[in-house]
Amino acid sequence: MSGEELKRTPLFEEHVALGARMVPFAGWEMPVYYGGIIEEHNAVRTSAGMFDVCHMAEFRVFGAAAADALQGLLTNDIRRISEIGDAQYTLLCDEDGHVIDDLIVYHTGEHEYMIIANASNRAVDWEWLDARLPESVERVDESDRTALIALQGPRALSVIEELTGDDFELPSRFQVTGADLDDVPVLLARTGYTGEDGVEIVSHSSHAVQIWRLLLSFPEVTPCGLGARDTLRLEMGYALYGNDMDRTVDPISAGLGWAVAMGKGDFVGRDPIADVKARGPERRLVGLTVPDGIPRHGYPVLHGDREVGTVASGGFAPSLGHGIATAYVPAALSVEGTRLEVAIRRKVVPAVVTKPPFVRDTSLSRG
Amino acid sequence: MYPSDLKYAKEHEWVRVDGDTATIGISDFAQDQLGEVVYVDLPSEGDEATAGDSFGEIESVKSVSELFAPVSGEIVKVNDALDDAPETVNEDPYGEGWMIVVKLSDPSQLDELMDSSAYEAFVAEEA
Repeated sequence: MSGEELKRTPLFEEHVALGARMVPFAGWEMPVYYGGIIEEHNAVRTSAGMFDVCHMAEFRVFGAAAADALQGLLTNDIRRISEIGDAQYTLLCDEDGHVIDDLIVYHTGEHEYMIIANASNRAVDWEWLDARLPESVERVDESDRTALIALQGPRALSVIEELTGDDFELPSRFQVTGADLDDVPVLLARTGYTGEDGVEIVSHSSHAVQIWRLLLSFPEVTPCGLGARDTLRLEMGYALYGNDMDRTVDPISAGLGWAVAMGKGDFVGRDPIADVKARGPERRLVGLTVPDGIPRHGYPVLHGDREVGTVASGGFAPSLGHGIATAYVPAALSVEGTRLEVAIRRKVVPAVVTKPPFVRDTSLSRG
Repeated sequence: MYPSDLKYAKEHEWVRVDGDTATIGISDFAQDQLGEVVYVDLPSEGDEATAGDSFGEIESVKSVSELFAPVSGEIVKVNDALDDAPETVNEDPYGEGWMIVVKLSDPSQLDELMDSSAYEAFVAEEA
């Protein structure tokens, strides 16, 4: 990516005005934090935080054959989102059953779907889908003209309710609905990546600044950077593409079997995934609790004096006050409670296999 | 921001000399660059610090950095309070956020360090 011009979201000037520390991320110049990662993390766990996630990719797929076409390309069962307004976490896999990307598919209208994908995979996903969707299915990459702002936390929904008025019915969890925020037409999706309740707000990119400022006018809302986004998702054990799974791993080993509908009929990658499922994966992605250090991506995981794996995602968990990680380890060592170790540069510290989420009491779990 | 009674190293540690001992910490610029400090790994009393070598590590949520000794000598005191309250490094980098005290083995090393105005200029160039 070096040498290439970093892209800027429509909210770039807002971040600069707020004093954000900007960093390169997936080809974009993004805020990593404004005040500090921990205070932003805590704002989302206790009040509300908003995130610029305009860098993410949005594709629209529509036409009478859209659902059937997506059914053959994605791992989850699209019939589970047969109602307009339904949304679903799903995976795009290659013929080897390895993960190209993880996506959320929103059923936005009659024969209409919106797919939200990782920024780093935009080109790969688009080429993959474009080459395999039948001609009768229309597809548009709307990423450049689409803004996405996430509002997350126990007080996120009350902010939205204040903006939409009493008559408005909020979407349920994993539902999406149209709304007007300050006369701006948006889609409100009750989805997120923090473990807290909240919405992701889809709008035309020309309205991003207006929505951002509107949300910022609420004292309970804190602007949050990618740093807090990462600590929040890691505490929930949510997978991060590139760290937790990629083109070398299948969904079963990655612990994402719940997003693969083996019984729905054929789809790209089905047979190799079925093989792994039948045999049982050799390695599994597990959670690790690391009380005495901060495990980071790439650090070796040990069992006795043997190196048995590598940290996939790792870091400091602000809600817990210690280190947590995910790591691929041999299936025999993936049982909850198994005692392993992580080599943190010059020293070796204990790590205990822990079933995520690491943080269980959130506004989402409380319902 | 850069107290004038301290000496500064290019790796952003500060030194406060008191007789034949020197207290060492990191500068306000360094703590600000790191962000919220969540872990400080310090040596033990009795260990030797060697000028230019690492004497420990400091971690923020996002990154890990080595701590470099600006001067050499036996480590006679370690700020164990940072174990439980690493954020003190952010809150009070020149006071309660100190890290180690060394008994200077070669006081002439102090001449290699910057005074506050030289350090301020150095930081302005780096930022």
